[in-house]
Amino acid sequence: MAALMQNEVFQVALWAMVKVGIILGVMLGVVSYLIYAERKICGHIQARTGPNRVGPLGLLQPIADVGKLLFKEEFTPAGANKIIFHIAPILAVFPAIVTFSVIPMGPPPMFVVTDINVGLLLFLAMSSLGVYGITLGGWSSNNKYALLGGLRSSAQMISYELAMGLSTIPVLLRSGTLSLSGIVDSQGGAYQIGGTTLPLPNWGIFHWYLVLPFFIFLICSFAETNRAPFDLPEAEGELVAGFHTEYSSMKWALFFLGEYMNMIVICSIIVTLFLGGWHGPGPAILGIVWYLLKLFALLFFFIWVRWTYPRLRYDQLMGFGWKVLLPASIANVVIAAVWLYWRANA
Amino acid sequence: MVPYLFLGFAGLLIATALMVVLHKNPVTSALFLVLSFTSLAGIYLLLQAEFIGMVQIIVYAGAIMVLFLFVIMYLNLQHDVEKGAQIAVRRGIGWMVGALMLLFAGLIVRNGGFSPGPVQAVPPSLEGGNAQAIGRVLYSRFLFPFEITSILLLVAMVGAIVMIKGRPAADGAEGEKE
Amino acid sequence: MIPVEWSLALSAVLFTIGVVGVLVRRNALVIFMSIELMLNAANLAFVAFARQQNSLDGQIFVFFVMTVAAAEVAVGLAIIVNVFRLRETVFVDEINLLKG
Repeated sequence: MAALMQNEVFQVALWAMVKVGIILGVMLGVVSYLIYAERKICGHIQARTGPNRVGPLGLLQPIADVGKLLFKEEFTPAGANKIIFHIAPILAVFPAIVTFSVIPMGPPPMFVVTDINVGLLLFLAMSSLGVYGITLGGWSSNNKYALLGGLRSSAQMISYELAMGLSTIPVLLRSGTLSLSGIVDSQGGAYQIGGTTLPLPNWGIFHWYLVLPFFIFLICSFAETNRAPFDLPEAEGELVAGFHTEYSSMKWALFFLGEYMNMIVICSIIVTLFLGGWHGPGPAILGIVWYLLKLFALLFFFIWVRWTYPRLRYDQLMGFGWKVLLPASIANVVIAAVWLYWRANA
Repeated sequence: MVPYLFLGFAGLLIATALMVVLHKNPVTSALFLVLSFTSLAGIYLLLQAEFIGMVQIIVYAGAIMVLFLFVIMYLNLQHDVEKGAQIAVRRGIGWMVGALMLLFAGLIVRNGGFSPGPVQAVPPSLEGGNAQAIGRVLYSRFLFPFEITSILLLVAMVGAIVMIKGRPAADGAEGEKE
Repeated sequence: MIPVEWSLALSAVLFTIGVVGVLVRRNALVIFMSIELMLNAANLAFVAFARQQNSLDGQIFVFFVMTVAAAEVAVGLAIIVNVFRLRETVFVDEINLLKG
């Protein structure tokens, strides 16, 4: 046993396991209260109170919801492709969980599961795998509304992934690394311009060539998470409930979990790329607090947008993605590259 | 540790690749292909090609296979019907060719007949990781081929759009639209 | 370090599976997928040699192969969709226009 504890590989694996366990546990709690927060905020935006019966202020509502979902009937429609129907909800959750392994929640190596040097690529890869859960869920239920919802959402995710990937390039040009903690590191210190120090943090968003990518990334992340104003896949008025029309009980809950986990992941990536990650005033140990504060602020923004903006039409969505966001992000890559090259050589 | 992981990924890769070929339902085939591409990405990671491994997932699993699934769903393909003497003959020939190829490949690998030439003693600079090293080579020695592939991609894009759009109908109206 | 022979043997097996798929199946889409398998087998050999030689050239070639594969899939699938519109089938032995 002692020899095993000395083994370096074993130690790394053990610590990774502990961190994964903590992240999984905390994340499930955060997701259930995020849903509660969404219902509460939505209620107040619409001038009602939201859930307030179960427990004080309705704080026990998530537990009641989970209990309800657990006891619902598992239903498999006739003519469905059984195996794929069961696998699809899992496929909707796992990419989000995998991405968490590279997100630095505080200074490494303590607050990140694994700090690999292609972290951003892993995020892009996993977000491109996220399409499968939704497409297959829609296809395998043998229901035309579900199929339409699934196809819509995968077309939308593929289209917006391009602009999203391109809008990260100026960030990479600035930091010179694909590692997420390296990117956060490059945003530390004081903001300097031409030798003078300004009273601003050195975050990505405060550099002029990263402002447009920030907004492009933000818009794309609404589309990636299938949330309003881009929630076409589940447009109730046209498609019943979209790709998860036929799902019930825990399988439906997994889709829901996947959606909210994706939201947390993508907000974490925005914090990492543009908002300075764990950087903030105070000692380094406060890093995780700063990270969480920024994360929750962004999550609130996501919920706020969902309940204030109407849904786009499908052709508007596609046209906006391909004709506005994509050219804008390409132009920004060129501008940022020229500017950084000029500054480095001037 | 690494050899065991390699063997695990290799087993998964071979099993899923076989399922791609053997399964009668095209959607299932496509899904197994996604799985085999992902395990291949794992093998790339073990061979210290992190960048290629990630790009493998982004390009193959994330883009190419989604396109395949789209087309299969769009054409609404069901299980393949494969019966008859002609198909049995072809199947026999196919498996025989496969067995022969495997035999030859096994002989070559066993006899070391692939002679890779002298091994470079100095590994390339890995400062900044695999992605940066690849970038440095790609934008210096391989710049011209890189530009050529971008033109190739453009040509393929235009070609695919033109082909899928169909000809305009006789009365001047736009043809079938996607 | 993994011996290069292992990767090469794996690459050979993968390539063979691809060849068998092309010969055995009659669904154009599955044939296409088998071709992708063969391309990936070649990629694996490239990466294995790059590792053995301590050189990055092999990985660069994989990068190019992937680009070409993406272009090929886009055009190839467009052709298959067009053929399906004309002949209502994706089975290669029923697409025999040239036989007259």
